[in-house]
Amino acid sequence: MLGRHSRLLLVAGFLAAVPFGARSIQAATPDSYDPWPGLVQDIFNNRPMNDGAEVIAIEMPYRAEDAAIVPVTLRVKLPPADGRRVVAITLVIDQNPAPMAARFELGRDSLVSEISTRVRVNSYTDVHAVAELNDGRLYMTKTFVKASGGCSAPAAKNAEEAKARLGQIRFRQFAKPSDGPQSGAREAQIMIGHPNNSGLQMDQVTRLYIPAFFVNELRIWQDDTLVLAVQGGISISEDPNIRFSYVPNGAKRIRVEARDTDGHVFQNEWKVDNSGT
Amino acid sequence: MIHRSLNLVLAPLAMLAGVAFAEERQSALPVSEIAPGLFVHEGATALMTRENEGAIANVGFIIGSEGVAVIDTGGSLREGKELLAAIRKRTEKPISYVINTHAHPDHLFGNAAFGEHGTRFVGHKNLPRALAVRGQFYIDAFRQIMGNDLIDEVRILPPTLLVDGTLTIDLGHRKLTMRAWPTAHSDSDLTVVDEQTGTLFGGDLVFLNHVPVVDGSIRGWLTVIDELAGISASRVVPGHGPVSRWPDALVDERRYLEQLAADVRALVADGKPITAAAETAGASERSRWQLFDDYNARNATTAFSEIEWE
Repeated sequence: MLGRHSRLLLVAGFLAAVPFGARSIQAATPDSYDPWPGLVQDIFNNRPMNDGAEVIAIEMPYRAEDAAIVPVTLRVKLPPADGRRVVAITLVIDQNPAPMAARFELGRDSLVSEISTRVRVNSYTDVHAVAELNDGRLYMTKTFVKASGGCSAPAAKNAEEAKARLGQIRFRQFAKPSDGPQSGAREAQIMIGHPNNSGLQMDQVTRLYIPAFFVNELRIWQDDTLVLAVQGGISISEDPNIRFSYVPNGAKRIRVEARDTDGHVFQNEWKVDNSGT
Repeated sequence: MIHRSLNLVLAPLAMLAGVAFAEERQSALPVSEIAPGLFVHEGATALMTRENEGAIANVGFIIGSEGVAVIDTGGSLREGKELLAAIRKRTEKPISYVINTHAHPDHLFGNAAFGEHGTRFVGHKNLPRALAVRGQFYIDAFRQIMGNDLIDEVRILPPTLLVDGTLTIDLGHRKLTMRAWPTAHSDSDLTVVDEQTGTLFGGDLVFLNHVPVVDGSIRGWLTVIDELAGISASRVVPGHGPVSRWPDALVDERRYLEQLAADVRALVADGKPITAAAETAGASERSRWQLFDDYNARNATTAFSEIEWE
């Protein structure tokens, strides 16, 4: 169901890519057309959007330095005393060919409070983060990113190396001595070697075509407790990289499973390093 | 009927007038003859803008006894046409080859100026793929920056003769040796040596003054630099910056790349996030380069995403 939804968006993005040139001829101003209302309809079934300022924060650099690798951090702002819980966060890059970049489902008992990843940014764009709470309501916040200049492009820099890394998964955990004693939160990172090709790229002259090939599902557990489940799209950068903070539950292992659009399944697991807690 | 015959008479006149007008208006790119039969236009150290018509990269041409080779065509069709005009002021020999040193727009948006002359386009074996993946994006992106007038007429012409390893072409008593490099500045870097004058066209494997731009692999580039330094030549035409002695021209670039890689490595080892790289890596090089604030944060971000896989 969810997989079908993201494929639908991909198709929509492909169609939207055709008139893009025509649109930009009319107006060089990037914000003359606001796709957000349509995206609320397509992605969120027109559900009401509440002000998310007290619920979630999104951080991105004001300018996309490298169009292919733009860092984004999502931070849960609900205080622990608040009875409500963030169930999922959806990241939408309005002007990208496939705007729905990712949906992060936060495991019920892992208390994920921060997620950082890297995305492609094609042009000047609003970027929306929408948190869904366990009361079923949606809370939205947004930021604006200027497109990169120069010869930066949201495309592979080193296709051979990306292929050579296919399916490698790396895990890192970071000691957080400052936060550790107070909240008990830990920070960890998952890196997956994958070209994450958009498949939207065809050249009229060379007729070269690169089919879509990307990681569309990633799950992270501590033992058998879900930490994060991520649905990814082509707006996620090559070599998908997720850094997150969570509260360890005493589990011995972190497990990761990723799937891509060609049906590959990549799995690995690591012992939890307790030195930082 | 009358109307039509009038048109028949007037049309050729109008065409003649149009040609004369076009030729009169077609200014020639200023070039210097830095070695016998070898001409270079030094691009402005700047970002591509409407005002500079994208003329920020070094472009050049070499005249042999039978033909001419053009090395890079500039950042707009207008610059390409001005380069063609500069060539035609000096020789009527056919333009046998247009060589693109890599896929970036400032080096090949002018290609179509040479598209109707039976010219062969030469590039790295990866260049067609790079143009397929990036070409339309570059046109859309630079339309916003440079405007419709300059970008509407740009056509991305991919290479018809690919270089894998090395390839030597002959312009008539004048041999040019091209070499395709592993991923470094980009994944389609090609260098050209004019053997007769010992001149290397380094493309964007060589930057002076203009801060180097990493759009391929910083580790790859640092490896390539060592081999590049071994190329037998006495001078280099860099992709950006003044014509310089070879291989001394590599000193600043190598120091910058080594410093950036070392800074990024330290951040990765320290568990810092990628955003820290954009803020701090390479900062000690700031005073030594132009356009540092336009590119260093990007280089650091790119380098981080590569070095964290070490």
